Amino acid sequence: MWRDAALVAGKDIRVELRSRVATNQVLPFALLVLILFAFALDPDRGFLGQAAPGLFWVAVLFSAVLAVQRSFAIEASDHAREGLRLSGLDPAGIFLGKAAAVAAQLGVLEAVLTAGVVVLYGAHLEGALLLLGTCLAATVGLAAAGTAYGVLAASLRVRETLLPLLLLPVVAPVLLGATKAWEAGLAGHPAQGDPWLRLLAVFAVVYLALGVLAFGPLLEES
Amino acid sequence: MPPAVRLQRAVALIGSFPALAGVDLEVTPGEVVLIQGPNGAGKTSLLRACAGLLPVSSGRAEVLGEDLARRQRAVRRRVALLGHATFLYDDLSVIDNVRFAVRAAGAPARDLGAALARVGLDGRLPRTSVGRLSAGQRRRVALAILLARRPELWLLDEPHAGLDASGRDLVDEMVREAAAGGSTVLLASHEADRARPLASRLVAMAGGQVQGEELVLWGGSPPNTPERVHVA
Amino acid sequence: MIITRRQARRPLTSSSSRRPGSLVRTATGVVGLASVAATVWLGLWVTPPSTNLGQLVRLLYIHPPVAWVAYLAFGVTAAASLLYLWRRTRSVVWDRLAAASGEVGVLFCGLTLVSGSIWGKATWGVWWTWDARLTSTALLFVLYLGYLALRRVPSDPGTRAKRSAVAAILAFADVPISYLSVYWWKTLHQTGTVLNPQRQVHVHGLMAWTLLLGFCAFTLVYAWLVAHRYAVEALAERQQGEGLARALAERRAEGRAA
Repeated sequence: MWRDAALVAGKDIRVELRSRVATNQVLPFALLVLILFAFALDPDRGFLGQAAPGLFWVAVLFSAVLAVQRSFAIEASDHAREGLRLSGLDPAGIFLGKAAAVAAQLGVLEAVLTAGVVVLYGAHLEGALLLLGTCLAATVGLAAAGTAYGVLAASLRVRETLLPLLLLPVVAPVLLGATKAWEAGLAGHPAQGDPWLRLLAVFAVVYLALGVLAFGPLLEES
Repeated sequence: MPPAVRLQRAVALIGSFPALAGVDLEVTPGEVVLIQGPNGAGKTSLLRACAGLLPVSSGRAEVLGEDLARRQRAVRRRVALLGHATFLYDDLSVIDNVRFAVRAAGAPARDLGAALARVGLDGRLPRTSVGRLSAGQRRRVALAILLARRPELWLLDEPHAGLDASGRDLVDEMVREAAAGGSTVLLASHEADRARPLASRLVAMAGGQVQGEELVLWGGSPPNTPERVHVA
Repeated sequence: MIITRRQARRPLTSSSSRRPGSLVRTATGVVGLASVAATVWLGLWVTPPSTNLGQLVRLLYIHPPVAWVAYLAFGVTAAASLLYLWRRTRSVVWDRLAAASGEVGVLFCGLTLVSGSIWGKATWGVWWTWDARLTSTALLFVLYLGYLALRRVPSDPGTRAKRSAVAAILAFADVPISYLSVYWWKTLHQTGTVLNPQRQVHVHGLMAWTLLLGFCAFTLVYAWLVAHRYAVEALAERQQGEGLARALAERRAEGRAA
C-alpha cells in the first residue's frame, strides 16, 4: 500500500512539476480571491485584519476544489483512470498517493497565502506552532475528503458542477475549525485553539479512513 | 496448468446492454487466439472482460487460474491490455510514463531504455512529453511498456492500428516472441491477412457470443489445444 | 428518470392483482394523515396557549417532530447504504430504501428549516439567526441536497447504487463533526449562550400528549412517503429488468443473423 502510494504521489507531483497547472493557475486564483475580498470588505475600516483567518481559509477551500479537480483531470485524458484500474495498484495506495500529492500542493499554496494575508491584510503571525499545526491537520483533512469525493465525481459528465456541491458542505467544519484555531493563534490565545485542532485531526483521520475503504469500489465504478 | 482463460456462459453488461451475451471460451497457455467478427460483435468487450475492466455479471470467468470476480487485482498485475487507449499521461515524459506503468504492475523497472530502443524510441525521444508524440509514437510507447512488463496474458485490440510498416512488423515479432516465451495472446483484429499467420486458433464472434472456432494448422506456434475443431 | 406510479404500473401489472404490500401502505397513509390532522386540531384549538410563549407554543407540536423525522430519515439512509455496501447483505432493496429515505429526509429537513425560521421570526424578530441548531440543520440540508443531486445523475443502476451508498456514508460521517463544530462555534468564547426557548416551556398534560401524537403522526407519514417512493423505484427498475431479457435475446439474434 505504502509503496503504491509513494509511486502515485510521485507521479502526480511529477505531472505538476512538468505541467505547472497548480502553480500557474490555482495559486494566482487563490491570490486573486484575497484581492477580491479586499474589494468586497473595505480595507480602510479594519475588517480585513479581523477577518483574515476566515478569508484565508475560504481561499484555501476554493483552491482545494480546483486542486482536486485537477488531480482527477490528469486521470481523465487517454483513459488513464482505466489504466490505474488495470495497473493492479492497491486502491488504498492510489487514494493515499493522490491525497498526499493534493496535500503537498495545498501546503505550498497555504505558505504563499500566509504571506498574502500578512502583506495584504496586515495580519500579525503569532502562535506559529498552532498556525502550523492547524495547517497540517486541515490540509490532510481537505486532501482526504477532496480525493474521496474527487473519485466519486470523476466519471460523471457533470463533475465540475457537482464536486463543489458535494465537497464544500462536508468540509465546512474544516473551515470553521481552522478559522477559529487561526483566530485564537493570531489573537495570542493558543490554548483556545486546541479543541479546534483536535476537531481538525478527527476530521482528517475519519476521512483518511473512509477514503482508504471507499476508493477501491469507487474507482471500479468509474 | 490451469487454462489462461476460461469463460463459461459469461454475460457482461454495459449499462443495460449485454455486450457479452453468454460467451464460452477456453484458452490454453501459450496459445495465440485471433478473435474475428464484425463491428459490435463483442470482441473488445471480451478482451476488456478478460482484463477485469468489464465485470462479468453472470456465468464463470477465470483468468490465469484466478476467479475474475474475486481476485481482480491479482489478475491485473499479470495481464496487459492494449486497445485504442494507451493509458499514458500527456504531461509526463516517455521514460517516466514507462517507468510508472512498469512499476505499477509490480515489474522491475530495468532495461527500460532497451525496451524503448526496441520500439524505435531512442535519442531525445525518451525525455519528450508524451503529449508531443504522434498517435503512432504513443502506441510504440505502449508497446515498450508491454515489452518491459512481460505480462502472462496479452490482450491486444487492433494492435496494428495507427502504426507504420515497421511498427506493424514489430507487433508481429512481439506476438511471436511472447507466445514462444510461454505467454498467451488474445488478439482482436480486422486485418485478417496480417493477423491470421500469427494465430494458432481462430474464434468467430457475433452478437456477443462465440459462433465458431477453427484450429489453424499452419503458422503460429504449435498449439497444444485439445482437438475441438468445430464450426457452428 | 421520473416515472409516475401509474405510468410504470400500466404495462407491468395489467394482469396481476393488487399486492398486500400496497394495503399496508394505504393503511399507514390513512392513519398517518389522520393523526396529523388530529395533531393540528389538538395543537391549534384544544391545547391552551403557554404562559410565557403564548400562541407560539403551538409551533412546538410541529417543529420537533418534523426535525426528528429528518434525522431519522438520514439515519435510515446511512444504515441502508451500509447494508448495501456490505457484501453479505447487498441487495437492491437497501439502495431503494436509501434513495427513498434520503428524498423524504430532505423534504422534512426543509420543513424543519421553514418552521424553525418562523419560530425565529416570532421570538427574535428575524427570519434567520446563526443559532447552532438552525445552522447545523442548514448544513445538513445542503449536504443531502448534494446526495440527491448525485443520485439524479443518469448512470447505470448498479454503479449509481454503489456510488450513492458511498456518498451517503461520507456525508453521514460529517454529521457529528459538523454538529460539534457548529455547537462549539456558537458556545465557546461567547458571553451569552444562545436562547433555547424549548427549555422554558413547561410541557404537561394534554400538551405532552399532543406532542407525542405529533411525533407518531409525522413518523407514520414518513413511513408512508418512503413506502411510496420505494414502490416507484422498484417499478422503474422492474421495467428496466424486463428490458434486459429482451436485450439479451436481441443481442443473440444479431449473431444468428450475421
